[in-house]
Amino acid sequence: MTVDWIGVADVVAAICMLLGAFLAFAAGIGIVRFPDLLARMHAATKPQVLGLILMLVGVGLRVHVWSVVGMLVLVVVFQLLTAPVGAHMVGRAGFRTGKVVHEDLVVDDLTADQEAALAEEDAAEAAEEDEGREPSSDAPR
Amino acid sequence: MTVVFVITIALLTVAAGCAIYRAERGPSMLDRTVALDVFTTTIVGAIALEAAYSRRATTIPILVVMSMVAFVGSVTVARFAAAEREEEGLIELPPPVDDRTEEAER
Amino acid sequence: MSLHVRRRTTWRERLRHQWSAILWLALVWVLLWGSVTWGNVLAGLLLGLLVVVLLPLPQLPFHGHVRPLRLLALFVRFGLDLFLASFQVAWQALRPGRQPRGAVVGVRLRNPSDIYLTVTAELSSLVPGSLVVEVHRLTGMLYLHVLDLEAYGGVDKVRADVLALEARVLRALASDAELEAAGLATRRGVPA
Repeated sequence: MTVDWIGVADVVAAICMLLGAFLAFAAGIGIVRFPDLLARMHAATKPQVLGLILMLVGVGLRVHVWSVVGMLVLVVVFQLLTAPVGAHMVGRAGFRTGKVVHEDLVVDDLTADQEAALAEEDAAEAAEEDEGREPSSDAPR
Repeated sequence: MTVVFVITIALLTVAAGCAIYRAERGPSMLDRTVALDVFTTTIVGAIALEAAYSRRATTIPILVVMSMVAFVGSVTVARFAAAEREEEGLIELPPPVDDRTEEAER
Repeated sequence: MSLHVRRRTTWRERLRHQWSAILWLALVWVLLWGSVTWGNVLAGLLLGLLVVVLLPLPQLPFHGHVRPLRLLALFVRFGLDLFLASFQVAWQALRPGRQPRGAVVGVRLRNPSDIYLTVTAELSSLVPGSLVVEVHRLTGMLYLHVLDLEAYGGVDKVRADVLALEARVLRALASDAELEAAGLATRRGVPA
């Protein structure tokens, strides 16, 4: 009995496409529904990346050309490398420029540590005039 | 197979619409960046869908270029937004009400 | 910053230490063109050479050695986690009613050297329902934003998960001495 491999590949590709599009859809909904910048970035990284990967797998299964597979692998690797970096850059910029509403956070270690570091720096400056501008890095946990 | 593609197109269209909505509303520049990033990735998905539907490989290089350009764009905006000094940004945040009043005035 | 020691390297040194970067760049070039021909390989090698010689990057001190099996385990676990995390976030987005309440949690990593810090931050941005907001290189602190702290299971669970991820990274890449220093010497009982 021969198996229709192209048919099997098409079915798997269809499943991948549907899942990927569903995840992209969820990312879009999350972008609209989530309340603040950082939560929206969650939607923009995780479902988005996996959704794109699944759709590209679908393309690879439908288009049977080796050079295409190479390019798709490149896109996937690039997405996996760059999505966290981009999200981190945006999140850090948001946190540093005060786009994050601190009252909405249940726990906020970063602000607490920054304030502790600032307080320590102020105390050190008060004690010694020539302490310098370097912020104390060893924030107490 | 056509049913699958119709469903996929519908899902992607809704996702792109949501991203555009957030890019228009988004209170800050960073929200808009994130939304446009999602929009670009959705377009990449749509181009991939077309390639998968027609079994043609001619549009694949567009995917490579767009996925790279999206990253460079969002990082650039993030750098630009973070360029203001740290201590200034943390203290002097514009009240979110301003956005609404500006819209009302327009 | 004292960490940014920019020692000036000659191009000979760069060639000696970063020849693998040239190979990677050539591979990317060949993949971009989509076919393995002599012209593509040679052009890729030439471009990689130019990039490494003309655009120097600071060298990362890497003293570990790669354990292939552990690395494979790291990747497999990463793939599974990526699936789980994606569908969790998708469910959060689509679920009617309650809005998630986020949190920013600080985690102190065991080994704050650049390369492990980078890998751990990169992976944890994608995987355990978290997102790196800020990194403190000197102390090895990672500040992660969690989408829904209550659903995740509390601050301690976040810390435990990130430390477990770091343990997997260290087991895959770090040297024996670094594992020893991190308290991860080859005991079997530690959850990997």
